[in-house]
Amino acid sequence: MADLNSTFCGIKSPNPFWLASAPPTDKEYNVRRAFDAGWGGVVWKTLGMDGPPVVNVNGPRYGAIWGADRRLLGLNNIELITDRPLDVNLQEMTRVKRDYPDRALIASVMVPCEEQAWKEILPKIADTGCDGFELNFGCPHGMAERGMGSAVGQVPEYIEMVTRWCKEATDLPVIVKLTPNVTNILYPAEAAKKGGADGVSLINTINSITSVNLDTMSPEPMIDGKGTHGGYCGPAVKPIALNMVAEIARNAETRGLPISGIGGITTWRDAAEFLALGAGNVQVCTAAMTYGFKVVQEMISGLSQWMDEQGHASLDEIVGRAVPNVTDWQYLNLNYVTKARIDQDLCIKCGRCYAACEDTSHQAISMSPERVFDVKDDECVACNLCVNVCPVENCITMETLEPGSMDERTGKVVEEAFADWTTHPNNPSATAAE
Amino acid sequence: MTSSMRKSGVSSGRLDAASVQSNFSDLHPPYDDHEALVAADRCYFCHDAPCVTACPTSIDIPLFIRQIATGTPEAAARTILNQNILGGMCARVCPTETLCEEACVREIAEGKPVEIGRLQRHATDVLMEDDTHPFTRSASTGKTVAIVGAGPASLACAHRLAMYGHDVVIYEARPKGGGLNEFGIAAYKSTNDFAKKEVDWLLKIGGIDIRYGRSLGTEISLDNLQNEFDAVFLGMGLSGVNALSLEGEDKNHVDDAVAFIADLRQATDLTTLPIGRRVVIVGGGMTAIDAGVQAKLLGAEDVTIVYRRGKDAMPASKFEQDLAQQKGVRLVFDAAPVGIEGNGSLTAVRFAYTEQQDGKLVTSDETFTLPADQLFKAIGQTLGPVPDNIQLEGRKIAVDNFGRTSLDGVWAGGDCATGGDDLTVTAVAEGRDAAEDMHSKLMGEG
Repeated sequence: MADLNSTFCGIKSPNPFWLASAPPTDKEYNVRRAFDAGWGGVVWKTLGMDGPPVVNVNGPRYGAIWGADRRLLGLNNIELITDRPLDVNLQEMTRVKRDYPDRALIASVMVPCEEQAWKEILPKIADTGCDGFELNFGCPHGMAERGMGSAVGQVPEYIEMVTRWCKEATDLPVIVKLTPNVTNILYPAEAAKKGGADGVSLINTINSITSVNLDTMSPEPMIDGKGTHGGYCGPAVKPIALNMVAEIARNAETRGLPISGIGGITTWRDAAEFLALGAGNVQVCTAAMTYGFKVVQEMISGLSQWMDEQGHASLDEIVGRAVPNVTDWQYLNLNYVTKARIDQDLCIKCGRCYAACEDTSHQAISMSPERVFDVKDDECVACNLCVNVCPVENCITMETLEPGSMDERTGKVVEEAFADWTTHPNNPSATAAE
Repeated sequence: MTSSMRKSGVSSGRLDAASVQSNFSDLHPPYDDHEALVAADRCYFCHDAPCVTACPTSIDIPLFIRQIATGTPEAAARTILNQNILGGMCARVCPTETLCEEACVREIAEGKPVEIGRLQRHATDVLMEDDTHPFTRSASTGKTVAIVGAGPASLACAHRLAMYGHDVVIYEARPKGGGLNEFGIAAYKSTNDFAKKEVDWLLKIGGIDIRYGRSLGTEISLDNLQNEFDAVFLGMGLSGVNALSLEGEDKNHVDDAVAFIADLRQATDLTTLPIGRRVVIVGGGMTAIDAGVQAKLLGAEDVTIVYRRGKDAMPASKFEQDLAQQKGVRLVFDAAPVGIEGNGSLTAVRFAYTEQQDGKLVTSDETFTLPADQLFKAIGQTLGPVPDNIQLEGRKIAVDNFGRTSLDGVWAGGDCATGGDDLTVTAVAEGRDAAEDMHSKLMGEG
């Protein structure tokens, strides 16, 4: 059996699945249930300054988009940090950590951008026995209007400054949670590293309006006729998160910086993909909010089975394994030629591949009067659209043309040699990439 | 073919081999991978799911379906087999329409449940094709357990005990294990010798020795088993068959439905199995349906099942009733047999309509006669011989919630014991739960 034990920034947990700081980790009751269900760790719902807690809206906090059969694909929220007193949270965290010593308990923190505020609160929280801190520089709504959350996370200088204060205030690991609402994720990641962060976690939620009520002409979720942008998460954001994780993992300045991957992780496979792209562990929220805490059991059994099948004994053997294969467009091999292949036994003759190709691509699929669909090799540019729109998994696949064989579209023999944008003889603008 | 169908009396070869093979093919054929993914996709992963509550073995159905959906059917199979080691057979024979699938929230929403049974079959098939056993046996405890019977309850009990490291000996009266999975149940629900394959696969846990041709009261006695072993589990099912108690019951071709089904299940060539041109079955349970449908599939021209109560009271589910009618079996309700006609061989069965009188079912004066070459009795089975000192309740061995009988160190489960619905799946649950109780007793004593 594969060993799922995880060590992230020195923090140990029995598996790499943590619950992200969010409503599911708001209080002792939930966190105990989460640990009982099998979660390896939790990042407690963000703690704020001592004193009267924040006040949330009293109408809907969540908006959503759905796929077919009302499958929840994207969720947004306008909830703030914890709206319960700091002392109550700290007492609960102390009890939970005492009763679940083998699980990771991380405190998410967000206080005003003042040195004293951070330096006062961290030691107080550390007394709970928590394993580390996550600095919430990501929350994009509400708190950002008060100069916190993503308002800090969008200014690399602030990130570096606050991270440095925190590292001065505690010996525990400090993880910086990054907002994706920036032009380039590398700047905040580099700033966190310069400030001394032990790791980063990303992505926090994305600015979003999920829908508009066309009767009331108000954005959803609607509060008394008005709406505001919320933080978007769930399966729909996974590709954005994967890219940002990979960018940090392969960037020379940040390479080796531990990354806690967050963004739409719903199944073991999603988690494995984040790990492969350099995440040391993963954090989950929307999947738990959609399906309940039990969903982690599939993640554990699936990751374990896949690792066994692949012969990976521990997480170290997976983390970052796909990073060397993430590159820039200009380094992709232009001599790599594939053609679409339709498995006629699996084909259900819906014609979606034909419509997609004929109307919007390269007119490379033929359709017979008997509804037999075939690829025209002399037209197929291997764009993959037919594969993506086909409703039957593995019915359409891409076949790699062997070097020496003829590409009927170009009339040229497939070259064995590697040739990318910078070296391909047919590319007149090769130097433009320099 | 037509002419042999019309041949009078009881005769083999009414249909050609190809027709018989087609008739007895899988009732619920397996999914291919794509179908399984589409079916799995429909599960909502309900909280505290009604389907799990409805399953006698409490399989975590939402979890195993999610594991199929995420491309790990092997993990799904382990989720199933953890709770129900005969999950492969239960996927085929469970009346899911009255259990998990009836409770499915999709049934409420759309009248079309997630096809849990077929998904369970997909997962267990994938794992069992791999030819490895997913469980390992703990170190030997040195404790020994005797089990009487090798049916579903006994096999589930034996597997769980063996897994805990106890040494198990099963005594089985017949020459083969599997119980009703092997000798009962319609052939189209368990094709390709699955019952035997499943038993062989189950035994790979190790630590289970089956001795065939040993039945309680003849070759073995409970006293001896209690002396020789640390614990005993009785799971020998019901070996007796209820009689109609009518004159003429000894005529040729007045047969027990269970014997017919057992012969059919053991036949190597179904075209050699004799069946009447006109077949009448008396009864209203699954045995009656299985006998009636299979008689039809063998080529009987007219098959009629006669049940003494109304349609709604019939123990066979609506799905099974529909299946019988779809195969061309006629269902007659509210009638009971009152006479068997014929000289030597059966020629007809006389029935009287029934009615309620002061809360009791009685026959009326209104009668009808069904011509018949063969009559199958399917009016229930009874407990075979058991020692006098074991307490019975009704006509079964009395057990408590842990499967304990009135005798110290003796447990019982499955059809021979009280409780449950006489289904494979309830037998598995009872065998498994008794094993848990036996294990804690055995280890507590150690």
